[in-house]
Amino acid sequence: MSHHILRNGSAVPLAIVPSLAPSEFVEWIRRGVSKTHRIASYFGAPTKNAVELYAVLADDDASELKIARTALPDDSFESISEAVPQAQLFEREIAEQFGLRPEGHPWLKPVRFHRSYRGGHDAWNRPADAPILPGVTDFFTIAGDEIHEVAVGPVHAGVIEPGHFRFQCHGEDVLHLEIALGYQHRGVERALIGGPNKRTIHYMETAAGDTTIGHTLAYCHLVEALTGTPVSARAQVIRGIALELERLANHVGDLGALAGDVAYLPTSSFCGRLRGDFLNMTAESCGSRFGRGLVRPGGVGFDVTIGQIDDLRRRLVRAGEEVTEAVELLWDTPTVVERFENTGRVTREEADAIGLVGPAARACGILRDVRHDFPLGIYRFVHVPAATAHHGDVNSRAFVRWLEVQQSVQFILEQLDAVPAGEIHNDVGAMAASSIAVSLIEGWRGEICHVAITDEEGTLARYKITDPSFHNWFGLALALRGEQISDFPLCNKSFNLSYCGHDL
Amino acid sequence: MLKALLARAHQGQRTIAYPAAAPPPLPERFRGAPLLDPSKCADGCRACIDACPTDALSNDGTLTLDLGRCLFCSDCVTACPDGALTYSQDYRLATRTREDLIVRGESLPLARALDEKLLRLFGRSLKLRVVSAGDCNACSAEVNVLGTIGWDLGRFGIQYVASPRHADGLLITGPVTENMRLALQKTYDAVPEPKIVIAVGACAISGGPYIGHDEQHNGAASTVPVDLFIPGCPPHPLTILDGVLRLLGRIENGER
Repeated sequence: MSHHILRNGSAVPLAIVPSLAPSEFVEWIRRGVSKTHRIASYFGAPTKNAVELYAVLADDDASELKIARTALPDDSFESISEAVPQAQLFEREIAEQFGLRPEGHPWLKPVRFHRSYRGGHDAWNRPADAPILPGVTDFFTIAGDEIHEVAVGPVHAGVIEPGHFRFQCHGEDVLHLEIALGYQHRGVERALIGGPNKRTIHYMETAAGDTTIGHTLAYCHLVEALTGTPVSARAQVIRGIALELERLANHVGDLGALAGDVAYLPTSSFCGRLRGDFLNMTAESCGSRFGRGLVRPGGVGFDVTIGQIDDLRRRLVRAGEEVTEAVELLWDTPTVVERFENTGRVTREEADAIGLVGPAARACGILRDVRHDFPLGIYRFVHVPAATAHHGDVNSRAFVRWLEVQQSVQFILEQLDAVPAGEIHNDVGAMAASSIAVSLIEGWRGEICHVAITDEEGTLARYKITDPSFHNWFGLALALRGEQISDFPLCNKSFNLSYCGHDL
Repeated sequence: MLKALLARAHQGQRTIAYPAAAPPPLPERFRGAPLLDPSKCADGCRACIDACPTDALSNDGTLTLDLGRCLFCSDCVTACPDGALTYSQDYRLATRTREDLIVRGESLPLARALDEKLLRLFGRSLKLRVVSAGDCNACSAEVNVLGTIGWDLGRFGIQYVASPRHADGLLITGPVTENMRLALQKTYDAVPEPKIVIAVGACAISGGPYIGHDEQHNGAASTVPVDLFIPGCPPHPLTILDGVLRLLGRIENGER
């Protein structure tokens, strides 16, 4: 057997995961991706005297997660990025974190600009005492008398996280965009090793602060799988409502910001305010507009009262009507549609090749939604159809968000009518030793993948977080090709990716 | 066009009346300024101290809370067997010095206004360059919200600007990652004198959940001098607005 098949949100003993020879392992990934699987996660995990590589492949159609590993005899492994472009960032991450060289990688650059986790093993043979400067690396360049380069960031206009964007331009036309991140790197994955401890849940809540519910939920599913803790139906409903409120706040905010980027102020103003209404609904449940303290291993930290249910229903109906009015103005305004359509196009073929997730993938016509493909928690009981559009442009990415806004409002209203009785929290025991667990959550940006590996004592030996942005930043770079550089803000906002979730 | 006008009429004027009128109601479960009652502490009890994820609590004879480290989570409240810690609904948290954030149970001074010279310069027009230096995008988002029509910072003459050269000061979020330190320093240097710095959120004040990590510097004060500290994880927009308005002398000084 070349791999083990896992259910989303389940744990198995590590010994069950097949260990393949390195050449078989990369061939397994290559073959899998050529058969419509995609890489959900691919990472290194240190053992006593070496590093193992693990890959989780997602087969969306069969709802199967396939996992395998390999032990490397030395500090190098075979790169598959030439044939499998979606592997390129994962391979660079493995190189940076563990000093393992992916031989044959077409563009081997650091991801986050930090030192290797293994002293004395550096993929670029950088001296241990030389500083590692963020963004100081090779960039793809295009030669020619009329070619010029535009460099933006890390501090760039607007209230936005830092990143560096390098454009190769011919006049106003962008021939190529390269994105260098890592400025937000705060050492989350390194700090998780040896846990869980009293900080662990707070790392999850701040891995990407605008996705507090999504990341914390992915973590809690892992802990519950590793400890065999059941979660009550009531807690699952509260979690589902929180996840959809997070989606609503961000999608509505994004639709407003997209309107702002094409200077259509009515929708921009209305949605800017309405986003806050959804955040305030989350705050009613747990005191925090971002859902801090709500999702906890074993259930949720706060119950809902009958009064709160009625209040939320009333507020949601009203906000839903106001959002409908605000967003439908977009599709009725020719100047907006003209700016959205055919801008920042990513083809279906490109999206498949680079493994896009979330609304960006669905905007290319790809039916890919964890709630639909790998349902967990409340989504096992309530079917959420995947919303798609077909042009892969800014308009499609906006329209998918709009479809999802309507679905999320409907989902929450249905849940509010039937909140099950029961406890909201079960105590969590010790985690299973020498085990591995995988969980996927459909956050508002797309698939959040967490993988936990425990040691002989049942503490975390490795914890891998893959934010949807990790898959999707490359999509933004492709969307810019052939566009006017002045459309960068619009394209950027249509993806609205996370810097901190990528940098960790 | 007609639809847009109808929508405008329907959505109405939605800017909050604060500070002329009372602030908008906060949720019942909102966690504002923590209240400490050390008289309830059992001898030798360390339950809250051991539970705190950022070591914000300590006991050197009396229970002490560092609001600059506090994530406003419920871990201490849940751990305390005696109800010595509770959260109030008081959203006013900003201070002018790091020391003022150390709470020992007594009331503490809130942020006082800038001196007369700076007030004359910035009191009615303050342009801020926002720098995210490792924040999780929650503080950034709450800073951003103040620019929306619901809060409308512009009515106070406060504006976020694109270039540090157009700014009167910096508003910093995040613990100052090693990878952002140089960029932050350069941005600060590019702001013309005189200038002010506002640190927003637990990360920018102390490092927050990332305190002690090698990859960051435990807050903005590691790199630039800070004039206003606004605690929270993230602070509520009302807390940020209250702090900035106090700094500008638009809200009278008070005690918490």
